[in-house]
Amino acid sequence: MTEEKIRVLVAKPGLDGHDRGAKVVARVLRDAGMEVIYTGLRQTPEMIAEAALQEDVDVVGLSILSGAHMELFPVILETLKEKGVKAIVIAGGIIPEEDIPALKQMGVKAVFGPGAPTQEIAEYIKHAAAEGKG
Amino acid sequence: MPSKSKQEWRDTTLAGVLKRFPERQERFEISSGTEIEPLYTYEDMERLDYTEALGYPGEYPFTRGVQPTMYRGRLWTMRQYAGFADAEESNRRYRFLLEQGQTGLSIAFDLPTQIGYDSDHPRAEGEVGKVGVAIDTLRDMEILFQEIPLDKVSTSMTINSTAPILLAMYIALAKKQGADAAKLDGTIQNDLLKEYVARGTYIFPPRPSMRLITDIFKYCSQDIPRWNTISISGYHIREAGATAAQELAFTLANGIAYVQAAIDVGLDIDAFAGRLSFFFISQNNLFEEVAKFRAGRRLWAKIMRERFGAKDARSWMLRFHTQTAGSSLTAQQPDNNVIRTTIQALASLLGGTQSLHTCSRDEAYATPGEEAVTLSLRTQQVLAYESGIADSVDPLGGSYFVEALTNTVEQEAMAYIEKIDSLGGALAAIEQGFIQREIQESSYRYQKDVESKKRAVVGVNMFVSPFPKIEGLLRLDPEVEKRQKERLAQVKRDRDSEQVSVALKRLEETARGVDNTMPAFIECVEAYATIGEMCDVLRGVFGEQKEFLIF
Repeated sequence: MTEEKIRVLVAKPGLDGHDRGAKVVARVLRDAGMEVIYTGLRQTPEMIAEAALQEDVDVVGLSILSGAHMELFPVILETLKEKGVKAIVIAGGIIPEEDIPALKQMGVKAVFGPGAPTQEIAEYIKHAAAEGKG
Repeated sequence: MPSKSKQEWRDTTLAGVLKRFPERQERFEISSGTEIEPLYTYEDMERLDYTEALGYPGEYPFTRGVQPTMYRGRLWTMRQYAGFADAEESNRRYRFLLEQGQTGLSIAFDLPTQIGYDSDHPRAEGEVGKVGVAIDTLRDMEILFQEIPLDKVSTSMTINSTAPILLAMYIALAKKQGADAAKLDGTIQNDLLKEYVARGTYIFPPRPSMRLITDIFKYCSQDIPRWNTISISGYHIREAGATAAQELAFTLANGIAYVQAAIDVGLDIDAFAGRLSFFFISQNNLFEEVAKFRAGRRLWAKIMRERFGAKDARSWMLRFHTQTAGSSLTAQQPDNNVIRTTIQALASLLGGTQSLHTCSRDEAYATPGEEAVTLSLRTQQVLAYESGIADSVDPLGGSYFVEALTNTVEQEAMAYIEKIDSLGGALAAIEQGFIQREIQESSYRYQKDVESKKRAVVGVNMFVSPFPKIEGLLRLDPEVEKRQKERLAQVKRDRDSEQVSVALKRLEETARGVDNTMPAFIECVEAYATIGEMCDVLRGVFGEQKEFLIF
């Protein structure tokens, strides 16, 4: 029996160049056996949604440190919906705790802040993807 | 001289104790993974020639400091990086910091300003005023420096791709204020090579970027001689995950590339080299960081004198700004960040920095609030006025451990510089992905070490406990973006559009030709052309750089 690999898009919306976290997480997920696509910097909502569609991903991980998440995430979620992408959306970066409830309301399933162990992110994705597919 | 050698001590006294009480770790190491010995003694200094390796402060090779008096003469510049919202808001913060005893300004710009988009550009949506102040035209700079005389303050601007534009605005503003250009004192970051590998705010391809940089070197050497034309930065390279030796090596390799580029366009090395400045991080490992700063001065002095044949002593000096490590700060138990910052600040001062920014405890959450920033400034003031560390030059010089580490970091950095030379220099090494891969490997190893608890982070992977939430995080008023767009529209209505198009046309022609671009930028900003308009012209001439994506 061959298990299908979980497909993850790691994306950097906004204009900030802090990609250390995104790259480390992307590599950890790849080491955990997932198929990871990393977009690179400065991705517009349109670019992210298009990549998620083309790559047929199960999960979209958004990393942002510029503070523009409250403006950009709704547009990304909306664009994903418009394109019919059903992937689970999670996020990381510099995101104040008080923003998290609103982000969850929007449809972001989980937010991993500074210091979150990467293994925790990998485990979360495995469970969430299994449920999503189940 | 002791009767026993270090080896004999290891074999007898130390071995005896280790049998009963083993060390708490199998191995002790610095960030590059090099092992630290249990003890350093005079034996480790035996091959060290004092004059050649250390010398005196203010003399080649400047290992002990660039000035003979160091902090006994004048304390370092306390320079908190700040900028938020719009020009009015940031002006208030600068004047507050100056009132609190800060001695230099350091301007943070928002990302649209850094990447050459006006505040009303669709790509600027949600980013206006977020990580720094939004600047679209000279009008914003006029407000930013209201009641701050430019000939009385030294100003550092963290700006790279759009550095010539912001510098042009500063010059134009000085003229308006009636300040003498020869007296302007400050720094622009203007370091594009590290943007491609670590910081990410590049616009143009490397070659035209290098040309804009050398245009600035040339212009400043003639017109604003006290201006630091570049701040060659290791900070972001280290924050992206590099080790201390990598930070130093990649920074100096970039420095070599800038010097070579300037020589290649016909500049005399001693006409510009004295205005090159550097920017490093200070991380948690106190002694390794001190060693890095000392090794950096020695290496740069040798590179400038021996490799490039610079003759002026000022060309040999590595002068640098330091910022404590934002990435070392934790969201968990944020009060611990104050202690981390204190240790890092101490390391930079024992390492002889010329200026310092201390990070704030709330930075893992948001841009620092006023109370947190004040505490960071007070940290520097306690170090300056109470600790006694500023009272003698290079107080750790001669420490067996610090001298040995200085040699180690220097050798490790030199090995990287030789490797980069063999690849064809810094730019070629970036194009081939060598530098990015090295940084990513180190960053990945660091993360693994933290998660396996090989590397301790107090409050995160050990001594974990609940902590109170930080109150009063700085939040941007959503009105700011609207207000900024309105001001931009107003400026566009008020300006002479004919004058703007003439100036932009001249910029385009200059960019296509070989003449220095700085006068054309100044003409544009004086006509109140926007940053976006100028960058669009240059995008048309130079093209845009895609990410050198290595993953």
